[in-house]
Amino acid sequence: MSIYFTEDHEWIAVDGDIGTVGISPYAAGQLGDVVFVELPDVEAEFDKGDEAAVVESVKAASEVYAPVGGEVTEVNGKLEDAPETVNASADGDGWFYKMKIADTSELEGLMNAEAYKAYCDGL
Amino acid sequence: MAHIAAGLPFGDVRVTDLKRTKLFDKHVAAGAKMVPFAGYEMPVQYPLGVLNEHKHTREHCGLFDVSHMGQCFISADDGTFETVAKALEKIVPADVQSLEPGQQRYSQFLNAEGGILDDLMIARLGIEKAQRMLYLVVNAGCKDADYDHMAANLPEGVNLRVMDDSLSLIALQGPKAVDVLATFHPDVKDLVFMTGISLDLGDGIWARVTRAGYTGEDGYEISVKHEWVEALVDKLLAYDEVELIGLGARDSLRLEAGLCLYGHDIDTTVSPIEAGLFWSIPKHRRAGEGYIGAARVKSDLDDKSTKRLVGILPEGRAPAREHTEIQDMDGNTIGEITSGGFGPTVGGPVAMGYVARPFVKTGTDIQLIVRGKARPAKVVKLPFAPHNYYRGT
Repeated sequence: MSIYFTEDHEWIAVDGDIGTVGISPYAAGQLGDVVFVELPDVEAEFDKGDEAAVVESVKAASEVYAPVGGEVTEVNGKLEDAPETVNASADGDGWFYKMKIADTSELEGLMNAEAYKAYCDGL
Repeated sequence: MAHIAAGLPFGDVRVTDLKRTKLFDKHVAAGAKMVPFAGYEMPVQYPLGVLNEHKHTREHCGLFDVSHMGQCFISADDGTFETVAKALEKIVPADVQSLEPGQQRYSQFLNAEGGILDDLMIARLGIEKAQRMLYLVVNAGCKDADYDHMAANLPEGVNLRVMDDSLSLIALQGPKAVDVLATFHPDVKDLVFMTGISLDLGDGIWARVTRAGYTGEDGYEISVKHEWVEALVDKLLAYDEVELIGLGARDSLRLEAGLCLYGHDIDTTVSPIEAGLFWSIPKHRRAGEGYIGAARVKSDLDDKSTKRLVGILPEGRAPAREHTEIQDMDGNTIGEITSGGFGPTVGGPVAMGYVARPFVKTGTDIQLIVRGKARPAKVVKLPFAPHNYYRGT
């Protein structure tokens, strides 16, 4: 399984053509305490860069963009009752949705963990 | 992920000519995230985080730097309180003349149309030689305009003295505030809500202490000379109960307490009656004359068609932020949210906003349009979190 990151701080863990999407621990830290997550509908289809979800902290509402295009196959319903999971485990239990990736070549423009860390260090 | 809607009234804009309070270095040393606010670089949160800072204040005691706010004195050449009070009553709807020494009242400056220029605290000083003077605290973002407004409208022989170059202001808020501050001087225990006293807080620190605040909790606002404020803050932070609290939690605390934030819930487009502040205007000052904007106060009281600021409780967990459209159950626009977010003490979203007069009744069902979706909500009584003011035994 490979993990990729976007410049907008989403991550996607890829296993074959199935991707799991979330926001990075760095992003969760910047947002502060998450109090609400609006998840996409299962079977919703997104193009790369579409608004796929919304995460709200005590401070602000932020869009989560689809890191690659495809169809939503599952959402993390746990976040509806326990949005704080995003802070506790942004890169684990705090995942947002799973998707069937339409075109895996879209992953090529994303960063690996090392490149993403360097990117965050520069912010 | 991108920032799409500010939940807090703070910009992301970096401005180079921002002012700093005397506590700036302390905020940075404490790990604060500093943001531009009303022309100052202020702490929005500390490492504790907004949610825990909010809860800490409700359960223990929070320390706020509010030195960006404007502080000034008004006195008269003839040396009487009566002249000062009558002069200020020409520009505020409050009853100023009846203030007892040490007593404080909330009021507003209005423009000629009755729109709110700023809201402010008016106190009569308590110590014997100063009882002829008024002490005012105004909002940071409005203070320069307020000083101009006062200078232009106070008569000859009544003098405004701006104290922002010499006085800092901090707030100690929460149920433990009294226990902490009373170790510095026992007299602070006996102050009741909206009264103040000048006293020695130890180590040669003279301060003006008022039992008031902006959180809905018991607590104090402490005005102290710039050169003493760091020492006073150190003395307060020596107590385990006391934590520094940023503007983020200040905003959620005041929202749960149903208190207006200037520039958001109130501004020049609304009158104090529309903003639900009629309680701050005594009966004898509702007759339509005697101060700038008086006609609007009377006409808004007479005219039942104006909008009103109400508490709004969204159902579910989705916060409804400032500028969210409010609709009736038939989909007609009836108003807009002016403050909204997550209330940590309530444990869910809370909001305030203006609705058309037919919808102001507690329990009225309304809809909030959040990201294109209509979400159910109710008009509720303010505050969301009960006020815990000390009014004496």
